[in-house]
Amino acid sequence: MQITLHLNGTSHHLDVDPRTTLLDALRHHLGLTGTKKGCDHGQCGACTVLMDGRRINSCLTLACMVEDRDITTIEGLGTPGNLSPLQQQFLDHDGYQCGYCTPGQICSATGMLEEIAAGWPSHASDSLDAPFDLTHAEIAERMSGNLCRCAAYSNIVAAIRQAAQETRHEDAA
Amino acid sequence: MTRHLRVDGPNHDNRLDHMAQGVIGQPLNRLEGPLKVTGRATYAAEARPANMAYGVLVQASVPAGKVLEIGDAPGALAVIQDKRMIRYAAQGLDEKGPTSGPDRIEYMGQSIALVVAETFEAARHAAQNIVVRYKPEAVPVDPESVTPELPPKKQSAAGDVDKAMREAAFTLDQVWRTPSQMSAAMEPHAAIAEWDGDSVTIRAALQMLSSNRKQMADALGIRESKLRLLSPYVGGGFGSKLGINAEAVAAAIAAKELGRPVMVAMTRQQVFDLAHRRSETRQRIRLACDAAGRLNGIGHEVLVSNLPGSEFTEPVAQATPFTYQAAHRQVVHAVARIHRGCAGSVRAPGEAVGVTVFECAMDELAELAGIDPVELRLKNIPDVEPTTERPFSSHKLAEALREGAERFGWSGRRAPGQRLEGEWFIGMGMAAAVRVNMLQESRAKVTLVQDGTAIVETDMTDIGTGTYTILGQLAAEMLGLPTDRVEVRLGDTQFPPASGSGGSFGAASSGNSVFLACEEIRQQIAKAMGCDERDLTLQDGMARAGNVAKSLSELVDGTITGEGHLQPGKTEKSHRQATWGSHWAEVAVNRWTGEVRVRRMMGVFACGRVLNEKTARSQCLGGMTFGIGIALTEAMEHDPRDGHAVSRDLAEYHIPSHADVPSLDVHFLPERDAYVGPLQAKGLGELGICGAGAAVLNAIHNACGARVRDLPATPDKIIAGLEP
Amino acid sequence: MKEFAFHRAASVADLPSGATIIAGGTNLLDLMKLEVMAPEALVDITRLDLDRIEPDGDGLRIGALVRNSDLAAHPTIRRHYPVLSRALLAGASGQLRNMATTGGNLMQRTRCPYFYDRRMPCNKREPGAGCSAIGGVTRNHAILGASEHCIATYPGDMAVALRALDAVVEIDGPSPRRVPLADFHLLPGDTPHVETVLQPGEIITAVILPAPVGGQQRYRKVRDRASYAFALVSVAAIIGMDGGRISHAALAFGGVAHKPWRNPEIEKLLTGQEPSDALFAEAAEILLQPAQGHGENQFKIPLLRRTLNATLRDTTGMEAQA
Repeated sequence: MQITLHLNGTSHHLDVDPRTTLLDALRHHLGLTGTKKGCDHGQCGACTVLMDGRRINSCLTLACMVEDRDITTIEGLGTPGNLSPLQQQFLDHDGYQCGYCTPGQICSATGMLEEIAAGWPSHASDSLDAPFDLTHAEIAERMSGNLCRCAAYSNIVAAIRQAAQETRHEDAA
Repeated sequence: MTRHLRVDGPNHDNRLDHMAQGVIGQPLNRLEGPLKVTGRATYAAEARPANMAYGVLVQASVPAGKVLEIGDAPGALAVIQDKRMIRYAAQGLDEKGPTSGPDRIEYMGQSIALVVAETFEAARHAAQNIVVRYKPEAVPVDPESVTPELPPKKQSAAGDVDKAMREAAFTLDQVWRTPSQMSAAMEPHAAIAEWDGDSVTIRAALQMLSSNRKQMADALGIRESKLRLLSPYVGGGFGSKLGINAEAVAAAIAAKELGRPVMVAMTRQQVFDLAHRRSETRQRIRLACDAAGRLNGIGHEVLVSNLPGSEFTEPVAQATPFTYQAAHRQVVHAVARIHRGCAGSVRAPGEAVGVTVFECAMDELAELAGIDPVELRLKNIPDVEPTTERPFSSHKLAEALREGAERFGWSGRRAPGQRLEGEWFIGMGMAAAVRVNMLQESRAKVTLVQDGTAIVETDMTDIGTGTYTILGQLAAEMLGLPTDRVEVRLGDTQFPPASGSGGSFGAASSGNSVFLACEEIRQQIAKAMGCDERDLTLQDGMARAGNVAKSLSELVDGTITGEGHLQPGKTEKSHRQATWGSHWAEVAVNRWTGEVRVRRMMGVFACGRVLNEKTARSQCLGGMTFGIGIALTEAMEHDPRDGHAVSRDLAEYHIPSHADVPSLDVHFLPERDAYVGPLQAKGLGELGICGAGAAVLNAIHNACGARVRDLPATPDKIIAGLEP
Repeated sequence: MKEFAFHRAASVADLPSGATIIAGGTNLLDLMKLEVMAPEALVDITRLDLDRIEPDGDGLRIGALVRNSDLAAHPTIRRHYPVLSRALLAGASGQLRNMATTGGNLMQRTRCPYFYDRRMPCNKREPGAGCSAIGGVTRNHAILGASEHCIATYPGDMAVALRALDAVVEIDGPSPRRVPLADFHLLPGDTPHVETVLQPGEIITAVILPAPVGGQQRYRKVRDRASYAFALVSVAAIIGMDGGRISHAALAFGGVAHKPWRNPEIEKLLTGQEPSDALFAEAAEILLQPAQGHGENQFKIPLLRRTLNATLRDTTGMEAQA
């Protein structure tokens, strides 16, 4: 079937099998392989992208169901020469090793920080009332949908906290 | 020119400490990092050759027997059944392909055919619905149900442990069990094969390209020279990509048959079925000590399993012969031949579960003898390797124990059950860390270009360990260049054959080859400068000797090339080589539900020279987290009737998540090991896991009094040891 | 995944007959990829106007398409139905909660590994084929309300809280109706493939919450890792205290049965009593009297007893006084 995807600010017209997931549309049809397939069942988070600004698992999303949504993938967040603040902090804190879960971690963290800014609580929050401190436990719980077998977790949380602090300072300035 | 070195004796030169660039050891960001954080690094399944077809493996749904007939696959281009297709993955460093002939089934889930279609969606559907007729056979699947083999080479004994047990002041005799565990690297195994005439290029997820090329050429029945393997980026390995697996062989066969490129990516479930598992283990440990805590007897009796005929058996007791002294010692290594999936190397084969269990036993003995667990270990560190009386190449266990105790605040540890915060018992535990050290033959080529850049080429892989970065740092240090002037090219069998990534030997082996290649280049520069190489200083693109200073562009006419070739030598035998450390954990155990949370964890490690403090630390963080998984969450359960992997996805097989892991601390002890090559660097990728789980398990006991000897320590097993 | 016809619904009235409804897709696509489910046609309802949370008398009407994350973060839910926020936040991952819908979550199917594995017989997948979980690996299976045909559990968290909150499911179809959540999910009996009362041609349009009941509300979930795992056991608790006595008790249990479990007997026992360990032990006794393990999952009996005890100590203030 013919579909149109709005990706990273550009529209793409595709002819796909209705069974094609957003993840496979990205990887097999558009050559956007930054979004990774780790489990294909929503159990690892490597395929995380942002849909209308929210983080989702692209592996459990049919491409034909998200035609009029704005999709942002890792390729849309920054380039090697122009890293997003989170990408820069992942680099500086060594928040990755093999790099395979990394795009998903970064997309997830991007969406997660918006969720905190919107005052969403988490399982780790003592109270359901915002605001929430960016403690290790808060970040780790909110990022638990992104598995990392190299186990850069410690560094990933440090990278996210640093990026969030810097963004806050910028906002305050 | 090739500079060759066989490591036959010590090297006390510490040449890297006399270089001027000052980048080796520095915590630099990964060279390939910008590509990884922007999604531009491309892994196995991430090329798109024109006209590519998609293949999906068909798996056996019986545990053993023969495939009689495979039906049609409507909607598919082809169903590939070829006698060259392999039954299970090659083991690390194999030089031949693994057993082929997919019509014979050895375990449930084995690959028996490949369905190829125009799209992934069509191939998957066809593969899922293909009708297969079997002649099934009944086979044993429970390691306790068969009489195990006792491979003569794997048994060892000195003295009389039974007697030591009878005469000891304190004894411990307990049995532990660990379940099958999986590497579960985040990138599923995948391959893209493309033929050009009688030559094939396979892009795959592999850790050790030079031996993988031998395995693949043998499996396909072609000459090595007709085969090129590409693994520029590998999404984690942890042993699971040491040897070629079914998807790559099938992709190559299908691509030839169809005359077009074919991609085969395993599903996550297939990875659980087809990648090597770490064997489950049963470990009986006997310890006998005198009243002062001096060990007199050590027994370690192990039962592991594998398929009939598989040579690999989990070397559980590998570190037992040399970690602690005792006059009477015995290692029994039994292998049950059963039909669960093939067992092989998973990160730190042997010590990952062997040291973990042994260090739990030491904790129990310390408690029985009323001795502090740190003291018990300090009292039993041997001066030379027991039995063989070989010297150690270096030995940092005592220092790691003392420094760790100090840094962690060990003196604040209380008796079990004494610290309750709300619903949570708090406790501390520790363990020693030890892992054998190895080198492997490795080659690299380095090219210094007139413009002051350098290129490093080797078929080494970077599976997340930091190879790109440390090899770049090494070349930069040796050649006096900023690291951004060095390009590192890996993962291509057209480059000189390297050790590959495995057994923690990658950094030291490939690093030494790059070091040697650079020494060769330095020699040539020294010649141009008219000085001795030892008197040559290279820094920021300038060469200096005495009062003479010249830029490299003046000295290099075009390019200078050097090749390095490292081989392990006599020091492998003359010295016991190992890496050492200590693990420390503080946990909270819920008094009602038995949930465990690791609150603090720290490791102190000695691994010879640290090549990049940042990537080295990350290796340790990864290992320690594997330790948390072994202690608390990871178990691949097998069906009791047919042995199939029941926990075969990432929702059922619980690798630790973010929330399971606190901010971890890592400290390195400065060390130069003279017996492991001119880098004085040893392996690190596995040390972090060896014993880490024991620190957690011992902390659980200290928190709440429960001893869990059937791993992992999930809530059900903890509550069994708590008050009703 | 089997080929399917794809429709996008413009209104509830527009649903094609025989099509399987897809919204968040988090469980349906998971199962379709394995061909455990293989619908001939899918109808995408994500464009329907069912994503509002609005007053319903003294209670609240939650549209079937409200995402788990929006529901958990909704100010009224956080303030007046915190057990629901907590249950949602204990489930799945941030990404999945952004996708999963209220209606879809009620339709979530079991995580029994034998249900997921087409190589193994399963009465739920193929009625009459037999249950291979019995005699197999049973770690996550039911201890209450199971049958010889099926020992699977309902794996969700949200519905357990909804059960404690006495929620009602609003269903549209040939004859629109409201079904108490208590009656929505079914026990396996000899028809384990029939999991809910929802009939072909019907669609969940909303979940109705009654007026807030206040009290101490907790959702306590015990699992094999700290996050992103299904419950071994869970307890949704609403406990009101008045003058040192329990004035109101609503308790629902997850991970232990084919549906969110509730037993009015224990609530009756607790109500009017002063909290004590002995009282809680008696409650657990009543709850677990019919419990039956199947080998490996035997541990759920003591684990549920202990988790109930901990939850009651916490919600009645005993823990804080300890």
